[in-house]
Amino acid sequence: MASSFARVLSSKRKVGILSLVGAGSLTVGFFLNREHVNAGSNVRRIYPASAEYPDLRKHNNCMASHLTPAIYAKLCDKSTPNGYTLDEAIQTGVDNPGHPFIKTVGMVAGDEESYGVFADLFNPVIKERHNGYDACNMKHPTDLDYSKIRGGVFDDKYVLSSRVRTGRSIRGLSLPPACTRAERREVERVVIDALAGLKGDLAGKYFSLTIMTDQEQQQLIDDHFLFDKPVSPLLTCAGMARDWPDARGIWHNNEKTFLVWVNEEDHTRVISMEKGGNMKRVFERFCKGLLEVEKLIQEKGWEFMWNENLGYILTCPSNLGTGLRAGVHVNLPRLSKDTRFSKILDNLRLQKRGTGGVDTAAVGSTFDISNLDRLGQSEVQLVQTVIDGVNYLIECEKKLEKGQDIKIPPPISQFK
Amino acid sequence: MPFGNTHNNFKLNFSVDDEYPDLTKHNNHMAKLLTKEIYAKLRDKQTPTGYTLDDVIQTGVDNPGHPFIMTVGCVAGDEESYEVFKDLLDPVISDRHGGYKATDKHKTDLNFENLKGGDDLDPNYVLSSRVRTGRSIKGYALPPHNTRGERRAVERLSVEALNSLDGEFKGKYYPLKSMTDAEQEQLINDHFLFDKPVSPLLLAAGMARDWPDGRGIWHNENKTFLVWVNEEDHLRVIAMQKGGNMKEVFKRFCVGLQRIEEIFKKHNHGFMWNEHLGFILTCPSNLGTGLRGGVHVKLPKLSTHAKFEEILTRLRLQKRGTGGVDTASVGGVFDISNADRIGSSEVDQVQCVVDGVKLMVEMEKKLEKGESIDSMIPAQK
Repeated sequence: MASSFARVLSSKRKVGILSLVGAGSLTVGFFLNREHVNAGSNVRRIYPASAEYPDLRKHNNCMASHLTPAIYAKLCDKSTPNGYTLDEAIQTGVDNPGHPFIKTVGMVAGDEESYGVFADLFNPVIKERHNGYDACNMKHPTDLDYSKIRGGVFDDKYVLSSRVRTGRSIRGLSLPPACTRAERREVERVVIDALAGLKGDLAGKYFSLTIMTDQEQQQLIDDHFLFDKPVSPLLTCAGMARDWPDARGIWHNNEKTFLVWVNEEDHTRVISMEKGGNMKRVFERFCKGLLEVEKLIQEKGWEFMWNENLGYILTCPSNLGTGLRAGVHVNLPRLSKDTRFSKILDNLRLQKRGTGGVDTAAVGSTFDISNLDRLGQSEVQLVQTVIDGVNYLIECEKKLEKGQDIKIPPPISQFK
Repeated sequence: MPFGNTHNNFKLNFSVDDEYPDLTKHNNHMAKLLTKEIYAKLRDKQTPTGYTLDDVIQTGVDNPGHPFIMTVGCVAGDEESYEVFKDLLDPVISDRHGGYKATDKHKTDLNFENLKGGDDLDPNYVLSSRVRTGRSIKGYALPPHNTRGERRAVERLSVEALNSLDGEFKGKYYPLKSMTDAEQEQLINDHFLFDKPVSPLLLAAGMARDWPDGRGIWHNENKTFLVWVNEEDHLRVIAMQKGGNMKEVFKRFCVGLQRIEEIFKKHNHGFMWNEHLGFILTCPSNLGTGLRGGVHVKLPKLSTHAKFEEILTRLRLQKRGTGGVDTASVGGVFDISNADRIGSSEVDQVQCVVDGVKLMVEMEKKLEKGESIDSMIPAQK
């Protein structure tokens, strides 16, 4: 099923791609030239912006906090070259007012250009979500040099598993909220073509959601690899579940330690994980795998969406920068009952989740502990933060076991 | 994707083969009829409001359907959708509505005096009677596609029209977004309140966007005439009351509808209607009369009889649970209503319900006495 792509034109704004399918199949060629993509009609506007402005009085999300009538009026007639509009970007936040205690982001990007065309709204949202990060003036550091990691092998008595995930988007194709079926299928083709080139401990196999057998499905569920059609209204209102399960699938290496989700909430989600506490090895595999995949797509004329202010471009602004969540499932029976637990986590710039992931509860005293931050620090910095933090938590747990007292650590700084 | 029109031409950069949806595991009317040829022919078209074929079919692509229940799988975004995409929608309409042809004409009859009987359904069996339909306001896009501004305009116009009604129709509007807890509780107890849609059939078509903005419920003081604003259609109009006097319910229904229509016409925004499709609504299944006239009726014995389904089919009726579509019956009580929507008039359809329910209640009584109902089974209407 290999396809080959040749880059015809390449510049910052113009990408032309000619696609030819290999021997034995019909030739399908299409020329995609950004310059010629006249998305079509202007935004249909029968009423003034004031009549279209959403009612956000009962809303509690980042979009609602920053979308003033003036910003709405300024941006509502604009669209990206692919035709994505402000109303589409904010729909999920309008439809999901939010929770009094949990502040969701409330908007998504439909393509790379969304972050530019709607910067007047994205930038304040990014600033709020990422603790003051100034997208106009600050530069985001990218660093996948795993050799810089110090320590990172935890006591298996406490740490049950280690995991690092991120996302990557394929430049030139719209993101899950806006992609057409053809674009989504193209993402799938590009990604699985690249993954097929991985070797050694990274060699693996792709399981398409549309043709998965019941047996394969059961195995993937048992391995905790399978992702479902999104049910969260945050995602469905943004249009990310359209055409499910077309062009969605899961790739994993034979050893089941490196996993890629295709076309779920992002073009790709890349996950490295193992039982036990060897975060160092998990991160090393993560970096090697990512860099190898990047090399393989570049050979075919593709690249990841990235810029120097926002780092890796993903669908949700909360995942900009590194898009990285490095975490462990760690057993902290005593510490988790201590009233200082939350404060300790805060100061270490860590967050806790239940073992089912976001918005789940902890089972027993096992918590998912991971980095809070995504943007403004590099992958190496964030993983080191997790390693240092988890070490501290385990030390606290050990102290409490011996009946000794623990200390709240001083807060570590955010942007290094 | 739905809800916007600025990217309609962008999709044309990709081939038909690459964009054509995978419908191999689907079982809905749209999937049955959308060939690649039709897709290729219609994909570059858009209605004046910018609604495209992909928008029309999204709900059917996202909801493959059920092996036993055949959903429609497509919706209209505006009045013109039925014309611009007729190469798909006419076959769907024909498939869904028993062979209704593209050249057929639909009869509208809201003259309640033409209904025979209907005031004598046995209240020991018939617990409540209800007639509902939908109406769309000409000149505005439909719920899958409208903007917040349009939806609010429909609400404003509707509330103005409804608040001008008097006599037995004098009533009040309760906007969903500013309803008090007390009002909400009362509306739930009256079985009037509608919820934010949870059905993926509606959500995938974009009908729940911006909820609850622009949505509300209006009802008269007597609580016998009720209008839903901006749920699945611009307006859903409902007349209902306890007991079996369907005649009275239908009269109120017709009179109320006609009064409302007059007011909208005065504002140059009459109802969407044409002589081929009758009243234009969001879902092709509701074209024609958009009417569902029904009763909640106790049929514990008849409903377990081997010929129950057959009888319903011959009477041109359908059964639902007492919670409405896709619910189960509770305690042998069924919601029995007309199966048809297009090709017969409002009077015709309510007549079917009245005559059919009367017959079924007789059958139930016979079965109670241990007698056979074989001689009563009707011919196909």
